[in-house]
Amino acid sequence: MNQKESQAVNRREFIFACKRALPLAGLLFFPLSATDLILAQENEKYNPTEHNYAMGIDTHKCIGCGRCADACKKENNVPLEPIFFRTWVERYIIAGNGEVSVDSPNGGIDGFPEIKGDKEALRTFFVPKLCNHCANPPCVQVCPVGATFISRDGVVLVDEKYCVGCRYCIQACPYGARYLHPEKKVADKCTFCYHRIVKGLLPACVEVCPTQTRIFGEVGVRSSPLSRFVRFNDITVLKPSLNTSPKVYYAGTDGEVR
Amino acid sequence: MRSESGTYNQIGLHSQETPLITGNQTFASVTDAISEIIERKTPRLWYLAIAFSSSLMIMFFVLIGYLIWEGIGIWGINVPVGWGWAIVNFVFWVGIGHAGTLISAILFLLRQRWRTSINRFAEAMTLFAVICAMIFPAIHVGRIWVAYWMFPLPNQMDMWPNFRSPLIWDVFAVSTYFTVSLLFWYVGLIPDLATLRDRAKSRLRKILLGIFSLGWRGGNRQWKHYELAYLLLAGLSTPLVLSVHSVVSTDFATSVLPGWHTTIFPPYFVAGAIFSGFAMVMTLSIIARKVFKLEDFITIGHFEKMSKIMLLTGMMVGYAYSIEFFMAWYSGNDYEAFAFLNRAFGPYAWAYWIMITCNVVVPQVFWFRKLRTSIPVLFVSSILINVGMWFERFVIVVSSLSRDFLPSSWGYYTPTIYDVGIFVGSFGLFLTLFLLFVRFLPIIAVSEIKGVLPQADPHYGKEH
Repeated sequence: MNQKESQAVNRREFIFACKRALPLAGLLFFPLSATDLILAQENEKYNPTEHNYAMGIDTHKCIGCGRCADACKKENNVPLEPIFFRTWVERYIIAGNGEVSVDSPNGGIDGFPEIKGDKEALRTFFVPKLCNHCANPPCVQVCPVGATFISRDGVVLVDEKYCVGCRYCIQACPYGARYLHPEKKVADKCTFCYHRIVKGLLPACVEVCPTQTRIFGEVGVRSSPLSRFVRFNDITVLKPSLNTSPKVYYAGTDGEVR
Repeated sequence: MRSESGTYNQIGLHSQETPLITGNQTFASVTDAISEIIERKTPRLWYLAIAFSSSLMIMFFVLIGYLIWEGIGIWGINVPVGWGWAIVNFVFWVGIGHAGTLISAILFLLRQRWRTSINRFAEAMTLFAVICAMIFPAIHVGRIWVAYWMFPLPNQMDMWPNFRSPLIWDVFAVSTYFTVSLLFWYVGLIPDLATLRDRAKSRLRKILLGIFSLGWRGGNRQWKHYELAYLLLAGLSTPLVLSVHSVVSTDFATSVLPGWHTTIFPPYFVAGAIFSGFAMVMTLSIIARKVFKLEDFITIGHFEKMSKIMLLTGMMVGYAYSIEFFMAWYSGNDYEAFAFLNRAFGPYAWAYWIMITCNVVVPQVFWFRKLRTSIPVLFVSSILINVGMWFERFVIVVSSLSRDFLPSSWGYYTPTIYDVGIFVGSFGLFLTLFLLFVRFLPIIAVSEIKGVLPQADPHYGKEH
C-alpha cells in the first residue's frame, strides 16, 4: 500500500463516516419537517366553518389619520401609487347649502388638506372604506373563471392564480373596493388580512387604528366585540338597496355617505 | 299579365315595385357580370388598397404584441374606468356583425327577395366584423396568456367557467354566432363556387374551387338538399341575431352600476346593432357598387329599403335614449338620475351629443325620398351613423364608469396612442379580409340573383 492509497477514503471508511454524520443530517431536515408538522397542527386547529367574519366602523371616532390605509399598504404589499387601495378614508364636507363634496387624497394616508373656498362647511366627517365582504356579492357572480369566491369563513377572496384580469369584478363592485394589481395583473382587494385572522390576529387596519374606529369580529358570536358594537349602535350598511348584504357595519353615518 | 316594369312575387301576384335587377339581365349575363370581377386581371387599385389595409393590420398585430409584452397599462384605463376602448370596440364590431345574418336569415324567412343582391357581402362583412370583435375581449384581460380559461376546457386545476357570469355567455354567444354565420355563408357559396370552378381557366383554381364546391353538379336532388339546408340554417341563425347582442348587453345590465343596470338594454342593443350593421353594409355596398359597376344588381331600390330599416332602428335607438332618461327620473333613484344627467351635461357631454346627433338626427334624412335615393347623402349618413354608434358604446362604457357610486374615486378617461392604434388597426384587419373576399369570391350570390330574375318565374312568358 503506498502513501497515496492510504490517504484516499475507501468505501468502508466513507460509509462509516456517513453513519457518524447521520445525526447532523437529522438536524438539517428537522426544521423543515417540524414546520410542516406545526402548520398541519395549526390548520387542524383552525376550522373556517366555525367563523363568519365582519367589521364594524364607528365613524364618530374616525379622525382621518389614514394610519389604516398606510398599514394596509405595508401589510399587503399594495402598490404605493395613490390610486391603488384596499382600504381608504373619505372625507365628506357638507356645505351650508346642503351641497356634498367628497375627497380622499392618497386614501387619507398623508392627511387631508385644509378645506378651501369661501363656502362655509356645515359639517365634515371621515368614513373609512373597504371591501364590504358582502354575503351576496355582485363581484363573485360576474367572475368568468370563478377566481373570486366567498371563503367558508365569510371572506370574499380572489385566487390570484386563477384570475385572468378581465376587470369585470372591479366594475361590478358598487363599493369601488377592487383594483387591478399593476404587477400581478390580477384583481386585488381587501382580504380582512386573511393571513392574520386565521392565526387569531386582527387585520392590520384594526390593529393600528388609534381611536378604535374599526371593530373586527364575527357575526352571530355573542362574545365577539362586533356583537357589542352592533347592539349598542344604530347600524347602517352602504347601499342597502342593492341587496348585496354587506358585512361592514357602519355606525353614525349620514344619509350623504355613498 | 306581366308588365315590363313589374315582377312577380312568390305567389304569382303582380306587384308594382321597381324590378330588383335592372338592365334586362339574362342568366348568362348575371354569371358573366359577377364572375368577371374575380376572373379579370387584378386591378392596380386593389393592390394599393390592400397595401394600405394590410399595413394597418400589421400595425394592429404589432401593437397587440406590445400590449402582451408590456401589459394593459399602456392603455388609458385607470381606476374608476377599468374598461376602456377595448370593450367599446368589442361591442362596436359585434354590432356591425349583426346586419349580415339579419339580411341573410331573417329577411330570407320573411321572403324579402331584395336581400339577394346584398346578402353575400353582408354575410362576409359579418364574419370579418365578428373576427375583429372576438379579438378585443381576448386581449383586454390582464393576463392574456390565460384568457382561454374562459372556455370549459378539462384541466387539472379544479377550474371551470362560472356560468353565472355574463362574460361567459358572451364567449358562447359570439362563438356560436360566428360558427353558424360561417356555415350559412359557406353553404350559400357552394353553387357559386361550382359555377366558378366550371369557368376556371387555371388548373390550381379548378382544383381549389373543386374542393370547396364539394362536388356540386346542380342536380335536382342537390338543389333540394341545398335549399332545405339553407332554410334550416336560416332558422338556426334567426334567434342568434337577437341573442348575441342581448347577451352582450347583459355584460352591462347585470352589473349594479348606474347607467348600466337597466332592463331595456337587450332590445336597445339589438336595435342599435342592426342600425350600425346596416350602416356598414350601406357604406361598403356603395363603394363596391361603384368600383365593380354593379348598378344593375344593387339598385337605388335596395338602398331605399336599407335606409328605411335604418330609419326604423335609428328611431328605436332614439326611443331607448329617451326612455332611459324617463326611467332615471321615474324610478326616483338618485344614482340613476345622476348617471344620466352626467352623461348629457357632465365631462363626456361632447361624446353624448355626438351620439345623439349621429344616431337620432342624421337618420331623419331618410324620411325624404329625394334624400334616401341620393348616393352621396346615403354614403355620408351611413358613415356618420357608425361614428355615432361607436360613440354610443363609448358613452355607455366610459361615462358610467368614470363617475360611479364613489365620488372620491371619480376620474376622467383619456385614451392613449395605443388605444387609438389598436382600434384603427382593427379596421386594417377588417378591410384586408374584405379585400381578399372581393378579389377571390363572388361578392353577389349568382344563383340567388338568377332566382329573382323574371325568367326564373315558372309562368314567365306565358299569357294567362
